[in-house]
Amino acid sequence: MNSFASLLGKLDIHALPHDKITQGGAASLVLGMVAVVVLLTYFKRWKWLYREWLTTVDPKKIGIMYIVVALLMLLRGGADALMMRAQQATSVGAAHGVLSSDTFQQVFSAHGTIMIFFVGMGLMFGLFNLIVPLQIGSRDVAFPVLNATSFWLYAAGMALVNLSLVVGEFSAAGWLAYPPLSELKYSPGVGVDYWIWSLQIAGIGSLMSGINFFVTIVKMRCKGMDLMKMPLFCWSVLTTSVMIMFAFPILTVTLTLLALDRTLGMHFFTAGAGGNAMMYVNLIWAWGHPEVYILVLPAFGVYSEIVATFSRKSLFGYKSMVGALAAIAILSFTVWLHHFFTMGAGADVNAFFGIMTMLIAVPTGVKIFNWLFTMYQGRIHFASPMIWFMGFVFLFTLGGVAGVMMAVPPIDFQVHNSLFLVAHFHTMIISGVIFGYLAGITYWFPKFFGFKLNERLGKYAAWCWIVGFILAFGPLYILGLMGATRRLDHYSAAMGWQQLFIVAGIGVLIIGLGVFFQLLQFGVSIWQRKARLDYAPDPWRGRTLEWATPSPVPVYNFAKLPEVSGRDAFWAMKQTKQAAADKDFMDIRLPKNTPAGLLVAGFAFAAGFGIIWHIWALLVIGGLGVLSSIIIRSTAERTEYTIPAKQVERIETEARARESYA
Amino acid sequence: MAAALLATIIHYLFTANIPVLQPAGVIGQKEKHLMILAILLCLIVVLPVFTMTIFIAWKYRESNHKAKYNPEWDHSRLFETVWWAIPFIIIGILSVVAWRSSHDLDPFKALAAPGVKPLNIQVVSLDWKWLFIYPDQHVASVNRVEFPVNTPINFELTSDSVMNSFWVPALGGQIYTMPGMSTQLHLMSDRLGSYNGSSANISGNGFAGMTFTAVSATGENFGRWIKTAKNSSKSLDTVAYQALAEPSHDNQVSYYSSPQPGLFENVVMKYMMPEMSGSLPPSHMMDGMPGMAGM
Repeated sequence: MNSFASLLGKLDIHALPHDKITQGGAASLVLGMVAVVVLLTYFKRWKWLYREWLTTVDPKKIGIMYIVVALLMLLRGGADALMMRAQQATSVGAAHGVLSSDTFQQVFSAHGTIMIFFVGMGLMFGLFNLIVPLQIGSRDVAFPVLNATSFWLYAAGMALVNLSLVVGEFSAAGWLAYPPLSELKYSPGVGVDYWIWSLQIAGIGSLMSGINFFVTIVKMRCKGMDLMKMPLFCWSVLTTSVMIMFAFPILTVTLTLLALDRTLGMHFFTAGAGGNAMMYVNLIWAWGHPEVYILVLPAFGVYSEIVATFSRKSLFGYKSMVGALAAIAILSFTVWLHHFFTMGAGADVNAFFGIMTMLIAVPTGVKIFNWLFTMYQGRIHFASPMIWFMGFVFLFTLGGVAGVMMAVPPIDFQVHNSLFLVAHFHTMIISGVIFGYLAGITYWFPKFFGFKLNERLGKYAAWCWIVGFILAFGPLYILGLMGATRRLDHYSAAMGWQQLFIVAGIGVLIIGLGVFFQLLQFGVSIWQRKARLDYAPDPWRGRTLEWATPSPVPVYNFAKLPEVSGRDAFWAMKQTKQAAADKDFMDIRLPKNTPAGLLVAGFAFAAGFGIIWHIWALLVIGGLGVLSSIIIRSTAERTEYTIPAKQVERIETEARARESYA
Repeated sequence: MAAALLATIIHYLFTANIPVLQPAGVIGQKEKHLMILAILLCLIVVLPVFTMTIFIAWKYRESNHKAKYNPEWDHSRLFETVWWAIPFIIIGILSVVAWRSSHDLDPFKALAAPGVKPLNIQVVSLDWKWLFIYPDQHVASVNRVEFPVNTPINFELTSDSVMNSFWVPALGGQIYTMPGMSTQLHLMSDRLGSYNGSSANISGNGFAGMTFTAVSATGENFGRWIKTAKNSSKSLDTVAYQALAEPSHDNQVSYYSSPQPGLFENVVMKYMMPEMSGSLPPSHMMDGMPGMAGM
């Protein structure tokens, strides 16, 4: 019995959740999983799931899986947000709210971690996968199996975060887990370990994706597409990929050092014994600041596509836009210290980083002016993606003012770590990142499914998000100036904060209504898909190559690889009425499905779980599993298959016939 | 309706207690002015952007066929130069402001008031309360810090637990307290009153209860307060300090007489070189040590 128990490391029956809220969350998670399993079994869909999705290396399917997971995580992170708002609206004076302080701290740590890593990054990589190969006129990404592995590592990280709800606990040390608080002495439970290993596993996936999309864009553009002829979205992906390659190794190292402290008793960041926690703060932000630009630049890319398309006009100032992206990418690595001006680094250092931070406002401002002048003298069609964009322009600009303010170190001293700061970064991330990707999903949805999403519900969703956002975060700016710091699970009634917290809570409920409209939008549109299905290859009158393919896009993307001679290649083709009908089809070679990615990630998940709970046998098994999966896959021959020219011709003819029929 | 809403918001802003905008200290006052200046400079760009956005979106809507449609017009060297240049100039101005104010309002820079001797207060953040040591008055207090109005205060801060951030919004900006390091903060109140202070950085379970009161008093009242503390039956020797440093939630205000000399330095040093705790290095030695001067 004893030896069996030691085999399980720290894991025992006490790992199951104690308090009611966590039990509820855990129960809904488990029931949801059971429901999925039952449905798959009932409809006999296991084989389909395995063949079509779990083993796929098609970037289009991988992209869809990223987005599905990310949207599910948006619900989870949103539930966390609701709980935080409920707590802060009610936990005043003698009342102590709905959550214990420990649960509350786990909730906000999970909220931040999930929203950045598993919502923001998930939506972003989803759109990379869906759009980049199409926009550069390619059939695939550079390393398709690596790409699938990246996705599954992301899924494994996501699974670990959610598992912490059922088995054990999550970190209570905030989304960046500053030591010494995150060290073993002050956080003895498994929470911080869950945080470390879920991010470590997902982060390595992100790094590999960054490499993959960098190589894809550099090496796989179709004939005639110089870098300066790429759609702006691809430019944003290219700059982001470079940033990922520089930034994510820092995250990997930082997490490893913290893990060494916690697991092997080392002293990189401990208080005392030579450790220096401030080194961690520097390192984590050397990754963390570029990270927020990693998230937002592709969203800028999405907005650039949307504004040009819906204004029926070429993007204004293309070269300025590319220059601005590059400038932001470089500057983003020179500003990390502005996250801790209050550490006392001295006036020269603070002033330097403050000025570098403000400089980022210049290229960002240029981008906004260029978008506005894309609309100027255009014919603006206010479809729902444009509503998201309009909300973005107003909110992001206001958030930018708060950002420039905080770049002045003495101003930062007065608002740092207050709700003013919380309001600022939510303004940037929600209006910049989330609005951008949601707009992108609406915009590109018909390309992959052959029908548009319900526009009316989409507009309701956008308006609810915008109005809800103002109500939810406007009060937080004021609360910050009132001295309300972030992450409080309780405050004294004498502070006079409660009214504003209640308003913020109402705002979050309105955002929740927006989310409901989005779910309804997906539900209704898919329910009515037979009526909506028009297979229109170019439903928005697009400008770039993805719209030259049939909708839904065939597995090989392009029957014949396109050749382009300028920007907005598809717009040019339409203007010159270039014939789309090709005659001489050729055999197409594509990579075969493989379970390699799924296996690598599955073993990585097991290894992660093993190290979190000190189940060393599982760590060894997981580690060996990862290695052998990679070796076995690397030695595999015949990893491609051929689609014969005849079949390509049939698929293309059918697609064209469907379009004209609809 | 929009006007009523705006009026409500403005009324609220002027009647609510917003310490950052209603400072009671010289540093807070300067920081508030900086905030207003930064906002005004940003408005030079923001107002045109908002006006243009509304105008362009309205005028060039799809249904307005009278508006000019010029789909090929996609760059203009003049226009683009303008919107690279104007933000650049504004940020240039703000950079000068940032550079100067960073030096002027450096938390490590001592304040001076003619004819007034500054007050030294040592601050130790503990799980989950604030210890204030008055080395010259030989008293200590928990969760209440008092000082005479119009007197420069030299705060010297550290932590005997995880990192916290010391913040009294009505007086001015915050600074981190970190174990094994000492930071400084210089503030001066110019209005009598009692103000809320707290920790701005998450430090564990009892973090929300780490609030304290900062009282700006007349010299007379301050003297009386010191006397009250001196009369406390508890003295802050090593044993009492260790008991106090144990984690505890929502602590009441309490006073200690005669804190052990060198207590603050001891707290800093025990993380730096554990073998030396107990024997006190002279304070000038600490300045040369890596990581001592708050990095």
